[in-house]
Amino acid sequence: MAAVTMRLPAVRPPLDSSAPRGGEKHLVAPGDTITTDTGYMRGHGTYVEDDKLIASVAGVVERVNKLVCVRALKARYNGEIGDIVVGRITEVQQKRWKVETNSRLDSVLLLSSINLPGGELRRKSAEDELAMRDYLQEGDLISAEVQSIFSDGAVSLHTRSLKYGKLGQGVLVQVSPSLVKRQKTHFHDLPCGASVILGNNGFIWIYPTPEQKDDEAGGYTANLEPVPLSEREVISRLRNCILALVTHKIMLFDTSILYCYEASLPHQIKDILKPEVTEEIVLEARQRLLDLEG
Amino acid sequence: EDLRVDGRGCEDYRCAEVETDVVSNTSGSARVKLGETDILIGIKAEMGTPKLEKPDEGYLEFFVDCSSNSPELEGRGGEELGTDIANTLYRVFSCENSVDLKSLCINPKEHCWVLYVDVLLLECGGNIFDAISIAVKAALFSTRIPKVRVLEDEEGTKEIELSDDPYDCIRLNVDEVPCIVTLSKIGYRHVVDATLQEEACSLASLLISVTSKGAITSMKKVGKGSLDPESIFEMMETGQRVGKSLHIALQKILDEEESSGASRPKVGFLG
Repeated sequence: MAAVTMRLPAVRPPLDSSAPRGGEKHLVAPGDTITTDTGYMRGHGTYVEDDKLIASVAGVVERVNKLVCVRALKARYNGEIGDIVVGRITEVQQKRWKVETNSRLDSVLLLSSINLPGGELRRKSAEDELAMRDYLQEGDLISAEVQSIFSDGAVSLHTRSLKYGKLGQGVLVQVSPSLVKRQKTHFHDLPCGASVILGNNGFIWIYPTPEQKDDEAGGYTANLEPVPLSEREVISRLRNCILALVTHKIMLFDTSILYCYEASLPHQIKDILKPEVTEEIVLEARQRLLDLEG
Repeated sequence: EDLRVDGRGCEDYRCAEVETDVVSNTSGSARVKLGETDILIGIKAEMGTPKLEKPDEGYLEFFVDCSSNSPELEGRGGEELGTDIANTLYRVFSCENSVDLKSLCINPKEHCWVLYVDVLLLECGGNIFDAISIAVKAALFSTRIPKVRVLEDEEGTKEIELSDDPYDCIRLNVDEVPCIVTLSKIGYRHVVDATLQEEACSLASLLISVTSKGAITSMKKVGKGSLDPESIFEMMETGQRVGKSLHIALQKILDEEESSGASRPKVGFLG
């Protein structure tokens, strides 16, 4: 049965951030003067004009001793060594793949940095080079870790562990990289029945929890069996919850997603994206997070 | 199983926001926000000469502008998409009964009202045709064309007189205006109101324009895939059903907005 809901638009005031944060945040817009003191070194996001330090991006001013930089609120992903990213293969080149990770340049996945199926370790020969497309094709999604950063800022990835590799069936949610909280682990098995990979580049992958954990042939065999409806409902609900949290700029980590999921259970999955329901569940999740902090 | 990625069923629309009379210097305007898709329409009524083959009717002219969407659609890039949408709208409204064009006539063979419908695509979030057709219907509903009288002089020269009262105007009857329902084929099923990701997965779609009584006025197939004849019949039936509920919901909102009058603060299209 078709359900068409229409409504008249209403101006929704933003959720008041009544939680007092530790210390005042110095927010600047492009062109704002940060300081006129010439003793500071300029970092990213600033430039000097007429002896004044001016911000070039919109964001928060961060100061470390004498270094002043502006961290932008909405920016492309800047790779750091050790980050987990989820990316999509865009090109297959001679000895490497180009991976799109929402950064300024396409990331690089060298042939020597991947794990072969079955977990074997050997030098890659010329036949491996010709068979690259059998491992990863254009359009495939992979999870990888940042190995190093080139001088131009491009990120080099590696999948040298059985937990990284090609991703099978699931749902991808693209958010801003600044909303993903840095944690010890980014692979979470949520108790509600799905697993989630929170990529530092803002790509979040939600997938059904695999039953056996150690049959991963290096992550190259894609499980194409149809996913049962109950798991698909959990995944859809998680996806909508993540989008709700993103709309209200809440940091994403396993606890916040879980609280939001539990707050959304009384509602239908498709209602979560309605503005009033979004506000309600995000408020409840935020309250629980504040109570957790103590 | 009737579950899409965002939890909707195959025949559910995203939540839509409709507002009319947002642009002050037009005869009628509407803004529709269907999920991520944002459409703004302005209708201007101007006097012109009727077409030769239809001397006692006015007509509609459509113009679509998609340049504010993405860098690749800037300047001339969005022209192809714009002419595509405009041609579809011409086809949908080519049906004789959709708009009462005879009421737009002032003097047969000499003067008539021409309604210039300008469509602005503010943001493309999938399913632009449906959103545009909903906005066109809402804008036509809110269009107010001033009443004119034709005075005949002694020598036979006709003079057009505009009535002094700014609220003295004719409204259009939009009961027969069709709405487009896009059915995208994904795998073996078809879905209504596809998002951008769902559109990327579907190889073929069927655009059906349905009136409020369920009559199909035109049909168009888009996409590079092929459609099975049986699935076309299924999609047509789904389109009729969905189209009827779409019209009911839209009419309810338009009546609600009309009855609330000036007491409701206008949200507008900025932000």
